[in-house]
Amino acid sequence: MPFIPHTDADVTQMLAAIGAPSIDALFDEIPAALRSGKLTQVPEAMTEMEIDRLMQERAELDGRQLNFIGAGAYEHHIPAAVWQITTRGEFYSAYTPYQAEASQGTLQLIYEYQTMMASLTGMDVSNASLYDGGSALAEAVLMAVRAHKGAMRVLMPKTVSPLYRAVVRSMVKNQHIELVELDYDRVSGTTPVPTADMGDFAALVIPQPNFFGALEDVDALTDWAHAHGGRVIALTNPTSLALLKAPGQWGAQGADIVVGDGQPLGAPLANGGPYYGFMTCKQALVRQMPGRIVGRTVDLDGKQGFTLTLQAREQHIRRSKATSNICTNQGLVVTASTIYMSLLGPQGLKRVAAASHANTRSLLAQLCAIPGVKQAFSGHCFHEAVLQLDRPVAPVLAALQAQGILGGHDLGADYPELGNALLICATETKTAADLQRYAQQLSLALNNK
Amino acid sequence: MLIFEHSRPHRAAHAQMPAHTADISDLPASLLRQDEPLLPQASEMDVVRHYTRLSQKNFSIDTQFYPLGSCTMKYNPRACNSLAMLPGFLARHPFAPAATGQGFLASMYELQEMLKDVTGMAGVSLAPMAGAQGEFAGVAMIRAYHDARGDHARREIIVPNAAHGTNPATAVMCGYTVREIPTDKEGAVDMEALQAAVGPHTAGLMLTNPSTLGVFEKNIQQIQKIVHDAGGLLYYDGANLNAILGRVKPGDMGFDVIHMNLHKTFSTPHGGGGPGAGPVGVAARLLPYMPVPVVARENGLYRLLVEGDIPATIGRMSANHGNAGVLLRAYIYARMLGAEGMHRVAEFATLNANYLLAELQKAGFDIAFPTRRASHEFIVTLKKLKDETGVSAMDFAKRLLDYGYHAPTTYFPMLVPECLLIEPTETESKETLDAFVTAMKTILAEAYATPDMVKGAPYTQPVRRLDDVKAARELDLVWQPAD
Ligand SMILES: Cc1ncc(COP(=O)(O)O)c(C=O)c1O
Repeated sequence: MPFIPHTDADVTQMLAAIGAPSIDALFDEIPAALRSGKLTQVPEAMTEMEIDRLMQERAELDGRQLNFIGAGAYEHHIPAAVWQITTRGEFYSAYTPYQAEASQGTLQLIYEYQTMMASLTGMDVSNASLYDGGSALAEAVLMAVRAHKGAMRVLMPKTVSPLYRAVVRSMVKNQHIELVELDYDRVSGTTPVPTADMGDFAALVIPQPNFFGALEDVDALTDWAHAHGGRVIALTNPTSLALLKAPGQWGAQGADIVVGDGQPLGAPLANGGPYYGFMTCKQALVRQMPGRIVGRTVDLDGKQGFTLTLQAREQHIRRSKATSNICTNQGLVVTASTIYMSLLGPQGLKRVAAASHANTRSLLAQLCAIPGVKQAFSGHCFHEAVLQLDRPVAPVLAALQAQGILGGHDLGADYPELGNALLICATETKTAADLQRYAQQLSLALNNK
Repeated sequence: MLIFEHSRPHRAAHAQMPAHTADISDLPASLLRQDEPLLPQASEMDVVRHYTRLSQKNFSIDTQFYPLGSCTMKYNPRACNSLAMLPGFLARHPFAPAATGQGFLASMYELQEMLKDVTGMAGVSLAPMAGAQGEFAGVAMIRAYHDARGDHARREIIVPNAAHGTNPATAVMCGYTVREIPTDKEGAVDMEALQAAVGPHTAGLMLTNPSTLGVFEKNIQQIQKIVHDAGGLLYYDGANLNAILGRVKPGDMGFDVIHMNLHKTFSTPHGGGGPGAGPVGVAARLLPYMPVPVVARENGLYRLLVEGDIPATIGRMSANHGNAGVLLRAYIYARMLGAEGMHRVAEFATLNANYLLAELQKAGFDIAFPTRRASHEFIVTLKKLKDETGVSAMDFAKRLLDYGYHAPTTYFPMLVPECLLIEPTETESKETLDAFVTAMKTILAEAYATPDMVKGAPYTQPVRRLDDVKAARELDLVWQPAD
């Protein structure tokens, strides 16, 4: 019996103590008609050796291609220490730190994490995590609407990831919140400061860098939103913040809420998860925040300690009046991220950001030298950019894939107006030889047609 | 000491970063950061030692008995972790073509099929990232179903007062109002109150079965009929699925939609707060509304069904494939259990709970529902102890930490005064349960003999009892350097 320690003698003694004739008898309060439960689609048990073989084969099948896709999930080097420590049983197999005195490890780590994220984003406070970048953006929209007490409208640029916009739609549509789409400038690939009257709105979302990798005019957009009575939700890539201006410094007053996906900070690509959503904000909004928050306090002896706080916002206390239904979050990935940020430090994170950006620029230069390839947008970008090909993208990507290269993310389905557009990214993990190989193979793929 | 206090200007873990700062002169100064973010400047060993030491300040399943009711803190098999972290799985980008992810997708497809069988539902989507998100998906599907029929009068979700806080919070996020109904003396849904609550305004009922009170809803068949006759749908909160795994299928009880907490029943780790996974199972009438993506098998190849494939979908819960790595761990666990092992889960979880209940009752503890069979968990109420000695369930819980046990769930469900919700799980041995009973007895004696000592517990942890009021009043949420 996998993972069950009982001997036959144990079972006999335990049933005697209960006064039940059999284990079956313990289910006697369940109506007999319901007690079928025969499993027909679950195969026979495998030993660890057998499942090991199966999973090795499957992982092998998925192989490792040379990856130039970004689009919201980024391949960065992860120090060996990060997941070795993160998967120590004491972090891995602990529950949410409800018994604070027996959970000081997790609680102190979250407090350190909150400090790092608040500083990186230029905000006052941080929560302990949300599920992912998309759902964090949805929670930020709900939070801004709660705080606004006016029109339930949020301005959402098309330069926000289409998948994030889809998540926001599914999470807010039943609450009658209107998402107003803002179009982008076809030359720069960025969101122009609105000139028309946008009416009353709770918030403007500003992605930086945006989904195209392009850098928005964050100062002007922030000031415009504030001048028109709305708040600013910044959506950022945390790695970029080692180089780019923190949202807290945008415009005259700074953004109000900052969200994004924490994946670049120590989480592997891993088929899309688990990642985590981060959220930081200004002090004034802290009571509107969803999710757990850790605070520093003292114990009976006056010694420093850490505990979950402001729980009156949360579902287990407030039930139907809670700021969100979130309970379980993405704690273990936050553990990894905190260790990652500690190992990288300000200098390391800056070097990772700069190397990724420089690699992407070098790749862009090589690819744009190939006939039939040009850069789609004119402005500045960070570590990701859009190419325009002279022919459909899908067959080109297929040809690259046959050579073991994932050439980027095809934008055709989400942005048909861009024609044959391909979003590419080269992080610090790519060598000069990798970039050259991509350029050579792309050149071949295009010439062969 | 905080990691920031280990920090020294210009110290760094040099092996972990590119050798130099690449040229970024193309970026205009107006967009660049001027200040340095407050990240630690420490050596690799400083960081490793600091976080290893922090880990040692935690209780965990790997180090302690952790009978936290409603949370199913069973052993998390190590192979689930190491195999989910094979390089081929970790390296794959979520946007990579399906052809490069057949190993992963096959595992996900088989997990869907197994979960369909376990729950007795017609379809399963693995998209939701935790129980609460599964609830959201489930209630959003109930809403989509009524909306599609033009049945817009159904604006209310009924929730028993014993329900977990995520249930009412979820209903509100889906744009519904919540009607709470009471629980009877035997810990069951109050049938008269349910009958009175349903009507043309009823969108559905959210039910946990076995309930959060640790007893099976004996009237489930009548409940099902009352709700369905009124035109509402039935939602199953699967947090307690461990109690019936392989013995009873929620689909056979007539539920229309269910979420599972794989981080409970399927033993994926809680990770100090998450990540979890909250797949949803649906009856045939809700198939058109499942959240995307869903894994399909076509001509021997696996691919993701997205918006175009399920046009009436309630949409996306996450940007990608939910908590893929958690799902892989659950898959590996399910394969190691096999059908026979799954049946055994509910059997031995129930055996352990009823044994612990019997032994604690003999030891003089008051059981909240003594006439009922325990499911996989049960409630002890310390109201008498509190009245006689002033020692509360919280004090008792803190004292357990001194004896090396994580405390049971306290003050949930809220309707039982001074409650301890105890869930031993199937992976604990009789010796562990016996030792726990001994500790419980000792603390009971201490509470009568030296109540003030118990009220001051714990004494053996890295900190003593913490000042929660100060934490909330004088918010200190981020560290500030001294100058
Ligand atoms: C009964 C019950 N329902 C729902 C949930 C919510 O699940 P999650 O924490 O995974 O969101 C929990 C657990 O926390 C629970 O115990």
